[in-house]
Amino acid sequence: MSGLNAKTPFRYALNAASVAGLYLLLMALIRYRVLNRYQALMLIPIGFNIILAVSLNLSAGFLGQLPLGHAGFMSVGGYAAALLTMNLNMPANVELPIALVFGGFVAAGFGVLIGLPALRLKGDYLAIITLGFGEIIRVIILNLDFTGGAYGLKGIGRKTTVTWVYIFVVITLWTINALIRSRHGRAILSIREDEIAAEASGIPTTYYKVLAFSISAGFAGVAGGLYAHYLSILDPSAFGFMRSCEILVIVVLGGLGSIFGSVVSAAALTVLPEMLRGFAEYRMVIYSLLLIGVMIFKPSGLCGKYEFSLGNTLGGIQAGIRRRILKRGGGVNGSGS
Amino acid sequence: MAPVLDVSNLGIRFGGLQALDDFNIQVAGREIVGLIGPNGAGKTTVFNLLTNVYHPSGGGIKLTGLDTRGKPTHQVTRHGIARTFQNIRLFKSLSVIDNVKIALHNSMNYSVLAACLRLFSYWKQEKAAEKTALELLSMFDMEGSAEAPAGSLPYGAQRRLEIVRALATNPKVLLLDEPAAGMNPSETAELMRTIHDVRDKFGVSIILIEHDMSLVMGICERILVLNYGLIIAQGTPDEIRNNPLVIEAYLGSRKEA
Amino acid sequence: MTLAYFIINGLQAGSIYALVALGYSMVYGIVKLINFAHGDIIMVGAYCTWYLMSRHSVPAWLAVICSVVFCALFGMTIERVAYRPLRKTGRLSLLVTAIGVSFLLQNVVQLMFSADPRMFGNFFTGAVIIGDRRFSTATVATIAVSLVIMAALTLLVKRTKIGKAMRAVSEDFDAAQLMGINVNRTISFTFALGSGLAAVGAVFYCCSYSQIQPTMGGMLGLKAFVAAVLGGIGSLPGAMAGGIFIGIAESFTKGFISSKLTDAVVFGILIVVLLIKPSGIFGMRAGEKV
Repeated sequence: MSGLNAKTPFRYALNAASVAGLYLLLMALIRYRVLNRYQALMLIPIGFNIILAVSLNLSAGFLGQLPLGHAGFMSVGGYAAALLTMNLNMPANVELPIALVFGGFVAAGFGVLIGLPALRLKGDYLAIITLGFGEIIRVIILNLDFTGGAYGLKGIGRKTTVTWVYIFVVITLWTINALIRSRHGRAILSIREDEIAAEASGIPTTYYKVLAFSISAGFAGVAGGLYAHYLSILDPSAFGFMRSCEILVIVVLGGLGSIFGSVVSAAALTVLPEMLRGFAEYRMVIYSLLLIGVMIFKPSGLCGKYEFSLGNTLGGIQAGIRRRILKRGGGVNGSGS
Repeated sequence: MAPVLDVSNLGIRFGGLQALDDFNIQVAGREIVGLIGPNGAGKTTVFNLLTNVYHPSGGGIKLTGLDTRGKPTHQVTRHGIARTFQNIRLFKSLSVIDNVKIALHNSMNYSVLAACLRLFSYWKQEKAAEKTALELLSMFDMEGSAEAPAGSLPYGAQRRLEIVRALATNPKVLLLDEPAAGMNPSETAELMRTIHDVRDKFGVSIILIEHDMSLVMGICERILVLNYGLIIAQGTPDEIRNNPLVIEAYLGSRKEA
Repeated sequence: MTLAYFIINGLQAGSIYALVALGYSMVYGIVKLINFAHGDIIMVGAYCTWYLMSRHSVPAWLAVICSVVFCALFGMTIERVAYRPLRKTGRLSLLVTAIGVSFLLQNVVQLMFSADPRMFGNFFTGAVIIGDRRFSTATVATIAVSLVIMAALTLLVKRTKIGKAMRAVSEDFDAAQLMGINVNRTISFTFALGSGLAAVGAVFYCCSYSQIQPTMGGMLGLKAFVAAVLGGIGSLPGAMAGGIFIGIAESFTKGFISSKLTDAVVFGILIVVLLIKPSGIFGMRAGEKV
């Protein structure tokens, strides 16, 4: 799994190239109007939904806990980032990344504060207590002065661009992928598998639960910052329990523990309601029916635990071609070893 | 020589039940001690107390002179007590080698940042861990299934993997909870050799709970018998075999029967 | 004077929470599912009563009965169609399905009756004089009927055959099946019972707040759920006590602190209770065997 072999540098180069290539492709599509203005703008919500889903997947899919207050962290990060840019007078492309990182750290700090007491509980109880914290964050924001209260925070400025979203999506995917494939990530996975055995194997489980939870919260905060500078206005009612549910739905639909699944599902569930706009009245009905349907017929999510890897896929194609040329079948390898 | 593990007056109450009382044991280096007794006698409770899964109501545990009282389980493991579980507790959906690498967690020390940035310390230590894990697995003839999910292994291999995982934490004392449960006689015989090998190669002391008397009598240098939370006898296998108290605990006194 | 007023107000809201919390608690006890769609059953019950009364001029008593029956059947159907196929798979997918059902109900009702709030005429007119104080009939009826229902429910669960079956299934699903209990029928019955109670709660809710909306089940359901957890989820007396407690706490917050902070106080209480005694006031919790 750790991929420590001669192919490693090649894989890194391949991934870097494809990240750059995809970016250039998107820019070209926008530039030459293949994607119209509206469709290009859709890339931003797709991006922050990917960050939200992948970060929630860290605590739901990899740590195996069930938090229902992800929107709370998103709002904390969003407000923190927005208040920072509103008080800084720097060029947008300088202050935005600073604000996003700041929002992420504030949200991660809240993650530690909430995680420490909450993670003593398990399963449904953890779900309930995080739900409670999420609601409290919302009510507090609603009653504070500097957040604009119920009127919301206005005039944040539209600073989020497709490029910034793309950069932060890549950072999120890289970080969480790298984390999962390290001793820390294995510790997190071991807690999901069997907490008692993890502890008996020398894993400080409380530390890793809080760590995973707060990293997850931190990236939700980054997404919140992108969201704030996309809409230019923050309204506390947008971060209620329903939003937490929507993020959870993306994750479960994509497959718990599959980062690739979260990405695909975040993109699909962001675009789907827009595509159904033609049936405006029915779109939420269709959306919920689809959700129930997928759960009944494929409860492990669309991708299960599958992870996409360009190196493996290319290797698989190569092996397939070789097999066809040899026309003998027999020993099958080349796809993973 | 000072004992590796020195347990004195250990006891615990669950509600009104004294599950274990006045439990004393000194285990020397490289010693194999058996812990036997009827179901519900408190054998697994001893293991749970030694690893601080339960906290004793009284008594003390010293591991090479170090008091482990009140320490969380993962620290006890770090100090050198590793265990297996009666009802196998592997990380089932993770690969065999990852199961071992998880137990190697504390042999590495690169930070979260080093992991996320893939710094040199990450590569170096991961490579070393991979090597150690493969070596351990090959000692138990399991390197072939290193990438298979642990839950897909046959039963006997799962029990062996639990031992490998425990050994990966580099313990001084190894606690085996019914390692032969569910095995047939030939598998048990092989397990017996394995346990001997483990002791010789790793130099660990072993305490094992077992119902299979052929294993216990064949391998243990000393045996403790528990009944209703009390040690009712201890001695060499021969002494235990002929002890009337032990026979009564297992078969019941004539009146009850 | 004001104190008594706040207590009575709290009791009224609390009785409604208790009725809804019972549904959460029974369902959780038996299938270990946090049924997020339960709050929306309240909404369905409210719309059903309103529809019969305002569009078809059905008398109030008949509308209420029809709505209770409809919700009971509806709850059973949801369990049969959406939850039963997932009983053997993970709890998480069950939870997501429940969220999906909740979305679905809200949006279907919105499609049928639009998102605009509808006025709901209070059919409890007049006032009741107890001692030297006047209370609205709705308040007194809510508290009285809830008490009767809770007493009846306690008897049902303790004394009747189906009640014993419910307790057996929640104790040990497989063992109950081996003892010859029809688990499916028991679960259906539990959903019917819980949904019926939600419909009763809906009627009382409408009488005191006089407005209904497709999203009304959200917060109401969430708070009732908090009540169930507070009392110890799975425990019926716990759900009742938790409901009353939440109602009174809310009423006191409105009266003495600020009406804006009621939600924060409710969830704050939840967090404190969970941290001190995670199993709730009346709940039991089993440790994991090592």
